[in-house]
Amino acid sequence: MANKTAANEHGGFPWKHLIGFVLSIVLTLFALWIALETDLSLTWILIIIFGFAFLQAALQLLMFMHVTENSTKTKLTGRVQVGNILFAAFIAIIIVAGSVWVMTAGHAKHDKHDEPKTENHGGHGGEEKSEEHGSHK
Amino acid sequence: MKWDEFFVTGDPLIYGADVSIVLTMVGILFYLTKYKKWKWLWTEWLTTVDHKKLGIMYIVSAVLMLFRGGVDALLMRTQLAIPEAKFLDSQHYNEIFTTHGTIMIIFMAMPFLIGLINVVVPLQIGARDVAYPYLNAVSFWTFFIGAMLFNISFVIGGSPSAGWTSYMPLASNELSPGPGQNYYLWGLQIAGIGTLLTGINFLVTILKMRAPGMTLFRMPMFTWSSLVTMVIIIFAFPILTVALALMSFDRLFGSHFFTLQGEGMDMLWANLFWLWGHPEVYIVILPAFGMFSEIISTFSKKTLFGYKAMIWSMLLIAGYSFMVWVHHFFTMGSGAAVNSVFSITTMAIGIPTGVKIFNWLFTMYRGKIQFTTPMLWSLGFIVNFVIGGVTGVMLAMAAADYQYHNTYFLVSHFHYVLIAGTVFACFAGLIYWYPKMFGYKLNERIGKWVFWLFTIGFNVCFMPQYFLGLDGMPRRVYTYSEESGWGPLNMLSTVGGFMMGIAFLVLVYNMYYSFRFAKRETTGDAWDGRTLEWSTPSAMPPFYNFAKIPEVTGLDHFWRQKQAGKVEKLTAKDIKKIHMPSNSGVPFIMGSFFFILGFGFVFGWMWMAILGGIGVIGTLIYRSFEYDDGYYVSEEEVIETEKISK
Repeated sequence: MANKTAANEHGGFPWKHLIGFVLSIVLTLFALWIALETDLSLTWILIIIFGFAFLQAALQLLMFMHVTENSTKTKLTGRVQVGNILFAAFIAIIIVAGSVWVMTAGHAKHDKHDEPKTENHGGHGGEEKSEEHGSHK
Repeated sequence: MKWDEFFVTGDPLIYGADVSIVLTMVGILFYLTKYKKWKWLWTEWLTTVDHKKLGIMYIVSAVLMLFRGGVDALLMRTQLAIPEAKFLDSQHYNEIFTTHGTIMIIFMAMPFLIGLINVVVPLQIGARDVAYPYLNAVSFWTFFIGAMLFNISFVIGGSPSAGWTSYMPLASNELSPGPGQNYYLWGLQIAGIGTLLTGINFLVTILKMRAPGMTLFRMPMFTWSSLVTMVIIIFAFPILTVALALMSFDRLFGSHFFTLQGEGMDMLWANLFWLWGHPEVYIVILPAFGMFSEIISTFSKKTLFGYKAMIWSMLLIAGYSFMVWVHHFFTMGSGAAVNSVFSITTMAIGIPTGVKIFNWLFTMYRGKIQFTTPMLWSLGFIVNFVIGGVTGVMLAMAAADYQYHNTYFLVSHFHYVLIAGTVFACFAGLIYWYPKMFGYKLNERIGKWVFWLFTIGFNVCFMPQYFLGLDGMPRRVYTYSEESGWGPLNMLSTVGGFMMGIAFLVLVYNMYYSFRFAKRETTGDAWDGRTLEWSTPSAMPPFYNFAKIPEVTGLDHFWRQKQAGKVEKLTAKDIKKIHMPSNSGVPFIMGSFFFILGFGFVFGWMWMAILGGIGVIGTLIYRSFEYDDGYYVSEEEVIETEKISK
C-alpha cells in the first residue's frame, strides 16, 4: 500500500476518500453531541473534543493528503513524511506538556509571584495581588 | 539622549577599542581604494551565492569573533588572577562575561561549523551548489549583521550584562535599563533568522541534491551529522525566536510575559531559553563529531567503524536533546518527580555519545595512523572530551547538582565539552579542509606547536576550575577575597588562558606563513582522502564544483576507486553545459536594512525600525518579481577550466 502513487489512485472508485469523508462527518457530529447533549464537566468535554480533533486531523492526512504515499517526482518516501510529522508532533508535545509540567509541579508553583492562581481557589485574586509579589512562601 | 549616553564613555579600555576600530576601518577603506579593490569586493564576495565563498566568509567572521570572545576571556582571567583586583569594575565584568558567552556560542561556534558545512557538504554529496543559493546568501548576511549589531554594543549604548542566558527578571527594564539587553535580543533575533534558513537550506540540499547512487546510508559521516544538525535547528530555533520576541515585547512595549508584575512568569524565560538552549548544545557538537569521524577515518586509513551505529546514535541524540533541558535549572525547585525524570534522561543521552567514542577508538584500532595536525586535534578531542563528558554525568545527578550549580565546576565542565569538542573540531576541520578552500595546506610544524600550546594551555586553564568549583567558588563573580584561598588556582588558570591566547596568535601567524611559503597543491586530493570532496581534479574546485556529476556505488566511493586504480579521467565528451545561479546584491542590501531595523529597536526609535522594516519587505517584494533563472556555463568554458586536452 505504501507503494501506491497518486497516478494509480485515480482508477477505480475512490473508497479511501469516501471512508475518510464519512468518518470526518461522524467525528464532527459526535463532538457536537458530546458538547451539547451530555452532562460531562467542561474539562472532560474539552479533552474529548480535542481528542476527536486530533483524530480527524490524522484521518485527513491519511485519507486525503497522501502522507503515506511515495512521490514519483521527489526522492521523499512516505516513511520520511510520516516520520517527519510524528517527530514534529513529538517535539510539540514535549515542548507544551513539558513546559506546563515543569512550571507547575512541585515547589515551582509557589514561585509564581502573583498568588493565588486558579488551581484550588478558582478566581483570579484581584485584590491581594500587589503586596505579595516577590515573596516566596 | 545625549551623545555621551549614545557612546560609551569613561573607561580607558573602551577608548582604546574606539581608536583601534577607527584605525582598522580607515585602514580597510584606504587599502580598498588604493588598490582599487571595491569592484572585486562587490562582485567576488558581497554579491556571491557560491557556497564555498559564503563558507569562507562564515569562517573568517567566526575567526574574528573568536578573537573578540577570546579577548573578553583574557580580560576576565586578568581580573580574576589575583584576589580583589581592581582591573575591571563589577558592571564591566558583567558585560564582558555576557558578551563572551553570547559571542562564543552564537557568533563563533555556530558560524564556524556552518561555514565548514557550507564549504564541504555540497562537495561531499557531489552537488554543484546548495538547494537555494540565494537563500544561503541571505542566511550569511543576516548572521553577519546580527553579529555586527551585537558587537557594536560595547562602544555604542553599552553591552548587555545579564549573562548569555539573560534570565528574567535580571534582564528586565527595571534591573537592566538602557539599550544593552536590547542588543542581545535583536542581535540574536536577526542572526537566528539566518540560522533557521540555513537549517532549511541544507536539509533540502542533503535530501534532494545527492549525486546519483548516493543513498542515505552511503553518505559520508560529516554529511550525516550535518543533516541531523539541520533537523535539530529547524525544530529548536523557532523556540528561541518566540522567546526573544516575547522578551522584546516585555522590554519595548510593556507586556508581562516574564516580568514580576502582572502575572508574568520569570522562570518561563529560563524554561523556554533552555528548551532551545539544550538542542543548541547538540547543534554545535554534532557537526564536530562528524568532522572527527571523517578525519579519524582518513588518517587511520580505515572505513569508519560502526557506521550505522554512529547514525542511529546521532538520531537518538537528536530526539533526546529535546528532553533534557531542565537539568540547566534543577535548583529552580520543580520538585522530585521533575528533577528525577530529567536526571535520568540526561544520563541516558550519555549512552549514544559513549557509543561514538568507542566507534572512533575502534576505527583507529589496527589502523595505519598518521599523526597529522587534524589527527592530533582529533586525538586530543577524545581524551579531553571524555573528561568533560564524565563531569557532565556528575552534574546530571539532580541532588548532587545542588552542590555544583553555578560554581566553577560547571564552568569548567562546559568549557571541557565546548572547547575540546567544538573548538578542537573547528581547528581540525579548518586545517583538514584548508587545502580545499585555499589550495595549500597550513604548515604542519607550526600547526603542531599550536596544538600543544593550546591543549596544554586549555588544561592548565580549566582543570583548576573544577577544583575551584568544588571549593565553592561561584561563577560570574568579578572578584573574591584573599581569605577564600582561591588565589593560587585562579592565577594558574589565568596562565593557562594566556597560553591559549598565544596559541591563537601562532595559528594566525601560521595562516600568514603558509600563505607566503606553503607548497601549492597540484591535485585535489591533499590528504589521500576517502570522500567525494577530494575527487576534484584541481586543488580548489571550480565554482561549479564538478564538471561531471560523479556516480556513487557505495560508502567511501572515491577511496575504493583509488584502491581499484579506476579513478575516472574526464574527457571532452563528458562535458555538458552547466546551469548555475546568478550572483545577487539583494541579500547584502536586505541585511543592511535588517541592521537599520535592529538598531532602531535597540534604542526604541520606532521610526528607524519601521524604515528598516519597510526596506526588508521591499527587498522581499523585489526578489519575488525577479525572474532570474540563473545562467549556463558553456561547454568550451568548462573544458578550458578543467584543462582537458581534446
